[in-house]
Amino acid sequence: MDKTWNNRAWFLVLPVLALVAFNAIIPLMTVVNYSVQETFGSNVFFFEGVKWFQEVLRSERFHAALGRQLAFTSIILLIEIPLGVAIALTMPRKGPMVAVCLVLMALPLLIPWNVVGAIWNIFALPGIGLLGRLLNGLGMDYNYTRHPFDAWVTLILMDVWHWTSLVVLLAYAGLIAIPDAYYQAARIDGASRWAVFRYIQLPKMQRVLTIAILLRFMDSFMIYTEPSVLTGGGPGNATTLLSIDLVKVALGQFDLGPAAAMSIIYFLIVLLLSWIFYTAMVAQEERR
Amino acid sequence: MALITLDNVAHSYSPRPKGPEDFALKELNLAWEDGGAYALLGPSGCGKTTLLNIISGLIMPTQGVVRFDGEDVTGMSTERRNIAQVFQFPVIYDTMTVYKNLAFPLANRGVPADRIDARVREVAGMLELTDSLEQKARRLTADAKQKISLGRALVRSDVAAILFDEPLTVMDPRLKWQLRSQLKKLHHDFDFTMIYVTHDQTEALTFADKVVVMYEGEVVQIGSPEELFERPAHTFVGYFIGSPGMNLAEAEVSGNTAVVAGHVIELDRAYPALDGGARIEIGIRPEFVEITSGADGLPVSVQRVDDLGRVKVVMVRLGELAFNVIAEEDTQIAADDVRMRFDKSRIQVYADGRIVEGRSVGGRPIESGAA
Amino acid sequence: MTLARSAVERAVVPAIARAPARARLRLGWLVPTVYILFLMVPIYWLLNMSFKDTNEILGDFTLWPRNFTLANYREILTNPVWYNGYINSILYVTMNTVISVAAALPAAYAFSRYRFLGDKHLFFWLLTNRMAPPAVFALPFFQLYSAIGLFDTHIAVALAHCLFNIPLAVWILEGFMSGVPKEIDETAYIDGYSFPRFFVKIFMPLIASGIGVVAFFCFMFSWVELLLAKTLTSVAAKPIAAVMTRTASASGYELGLLAAAGALTIVPGALVIYFVRNYIAKGFALGRV
Repeated sequence: MDKTWNNRAWFLVLPVLALVAFNAIIPLMTVVNYSVQETFGSNVFFFEGVKWFQEVLRSERFHAALGRQLAFTSIILLIEIPLGVAIALTMPRKGPMVAVCLVLMALPLLIPWNVVGAIWNIFALPGIGLLGRLLNGLGMDYNYTRHPFDAWVTLILMDVWHWTSLVVLLAYAGLIAIPDAYYQAARIDGASRWAVFRYIQLPKMQRVLTIAILLRFMDSFMIYTEPSVLTGGGPGNATTLLSIDLVKVALGQFDLGPAAAMSIIYFLIVLLLSWIFYTAMVAQEERR
Repeated sequence: MALITLDNVAHSYSPRPKGPEDFALKELNLAWEDGGAYALLGPSGCGKTTLLNIISGLIMPTQGVVRFDGEDVTGMSTERRNIAQVFQFPVIYDTMTVYKNLAFPLANRGVPADRIDARVREVAGMLELTDSLEQKARRLTADAKQKISLGRALVRSDVAAILFDEPLTVMDPRLKWQLRSQLKKLHHDFDFTMIYVTHDQTEALTFADKVVVMYEGEVVQIGSPEELFERPAHTFVGYFIGSPGMNLAEAEVSGNTAVVAGHVIELDRAYPALDGGARIEIGIRPEFVEITSGADGLPVSVQRVDDLGRVKVVMVRLGELAFNVIAEEDTQIAADDVRMRFDKSRIQVYADGRIVEGRSVGGRPIESGAA
Repeated sequence: MTLARSAVERAVVPAIARAPARARLRLGWLVPTVYILFLMVPIYWLLNMSFKDTNEILGDFTLWPRNFTLANYREILTNPVWYNGYINSILYVTMNTVISVAAALPAAYAFSRYRFLGDKHLFFWLLTNRMAPPAVFALPFFQLYSAIGLFDTHIAVALAHCLFNIPLAVWILEGFMSGVPKEIDETAYIDGYSFPRFFVKIFMPLIASGIGVVAFFCFMFSWVELLLAKTLTSVAAKPIAAVMTRTASASGYELGLLAAAGALTIVPGALVIYFVRNYIAKGFALGRV
């Protein structure tokens, strides 16, 4: 779209800026403050510079957690995005079933995350949970509290169950926003179903898909509550993703310094990856 | 090229229509001649887009038969009907170049590549798009995009008719004129049937040879722009066409006189006793009313004079009734004792909105125009 | 030779006329159905748990409650701590949704239609506010809101949640707004609309599905946010989230109660999406501008 240059547009943006900056800047300053200091208790702080950052970046434990996190997020994106789009494409657009579909699909999103973890915790238990009993009954030796692979599968299954609807809703709204005339023109032009998807639906959903991918990326990268309740990071370290590791460090050792430093590194990683992703998507849009 | 006929076609959007109010399109019979340039004119919601979509096959009518050259195509899908449609806003394939956009309808039908190339270049030349062929379609201006839409319609040589659904609505006014002329030229050169839906009378009257005026789901008149202007068959046509529209006034009509606001006006024709209960009106276009200051004519008071340059629009009141009069730019309008005179050969009589035939004062019935 | 054909005849004949051209297997409905069934199983499990007491849940595997009990629900619906929790949550979430959507609409319009100094950076910066792991922010937020005297109020949580909801709203709305051609704005101005009238009467209906989705997401993300809601409140505005985590620590792990609470938590959100369903499913009806 051809945008016109107009600095007075800032007025339209001011409320947003005020509300977000108020909540962002001051707390951020505090965290940055902590990350470069050391404390021996009783509110005594010593400026330590980049010591914490170096320590965190060199620790093997951090690398392991980061590796697990990257694996988790990649798998999640690869499953949830195509699945969500596929479901959105086949959902009804008119009629009473629309309300039924929308409401039912929204339900997993509305459950507080600790309850989500709790449900799946019980649900997947080999002895007393439906899923656990089912899988063991089919002959598999399934126990997510003991086998790392099972823990991963359960974790991913839980996330797909919990969050795919987000992608579905976004993709669905994006599809609905395509004017009828495009479909009519495609019919007149004799386009095949695949051509309609490729030349009309997918391009018009591009923005909405970008948002869905970025959202799922960030949220899955920072995921904490559900895996914490489900597996607690275990068995052993198998599902200790970055957030879980961070909390272990912060709470377990009461070291504000390293914890704050780790938070900032964490934040910077998400920032960097999101920025790369965003720039790539924008560039592709410009090129098209 | 085809003769398109609609037999007893009507359409309702509700699944179980109960009465005439449920029908967006009331029963009609129409024939669109091969190679004609038609305008489908009417206000929003009058059913013209419905009618257009029935012709193109995007809607299947609740009742009636659509025929192309006599063959029943009512059940035939859109892509097999050899119809092309241009929509209200430019519909283009964003990810393709202009060339690919134009080639798309042909590619989907399996036309060989060299024929596609020739045809695309030909159409691009007609529409002055040759320079942009390799550009991404989404980068073009709105009017260029609309030309691409039009191009996709023209590129198929088997097109029987091109349907336009208010295609100039989102255009810059300057470009509207340009595109309109281009359309007229294309029609003149290539001679396919063009049906142009619009709510803008200027567009309709300049574009079409024949105008179909619709109102509330019904076709109220079909005729050339002149016929619509001179002899509106319905008060709506009188009101909608012309700027300002026809003057309408309630009257009592008998024989060859009409009584309007207590004044007697002589009519050109004699009218039979009109049904009690029907709403009787006379209509006359502002162009056929004259301002005089002589003794004959109806005494009126001047409310307002709008000087539009070449003409003046004078709003007068005859008792309770308001009339518009179009006068030459140098007409003197006195301060008082102003009178208006009707050209009595231009007065029409309407009962419940529909025109009433009269007999010429001599006994011969007047030929009726298109119904 | 023109006979008005009845609607029934019409329905039958075209089907036959079309069948040879394209025999399509209409199985599209299968996909959402399977997905919804997949979603419903753990929800059924949740309901199952909510009608049991904790001992039965942990002790045995039963597909439906052996000792069906409404005690969990009764506790929630009669204990003021619980239902006040719901009311508080509904209050601040609604406030936040309204504030977020209202602030985001003009901002998204600005990003969509105009270029201005720093626009690209500002747009990305908004999103970065969703990137910080919240755990570390708890204490600074507590200090900030206490300092301005808003501790333990609904508005505090509503404002704090703007941190992540407004960027989301702006991003999604901008995406939808960019799908509306600029020519529509210009045509409206030519037709004499003032900016507010154009925005409300013409523009917003065109992005209805975006607004519906955004309203639901703001509601949802604010509703499930635990940490800030707990941190910024103590008694007067204590949200349901805080009450629920209490059950997890105080008297052991009261699963039945937690399940019932979880089940009831779904209800407000389900109502919200039910009410916005017409916006979400509303197409782009650009015909009658």
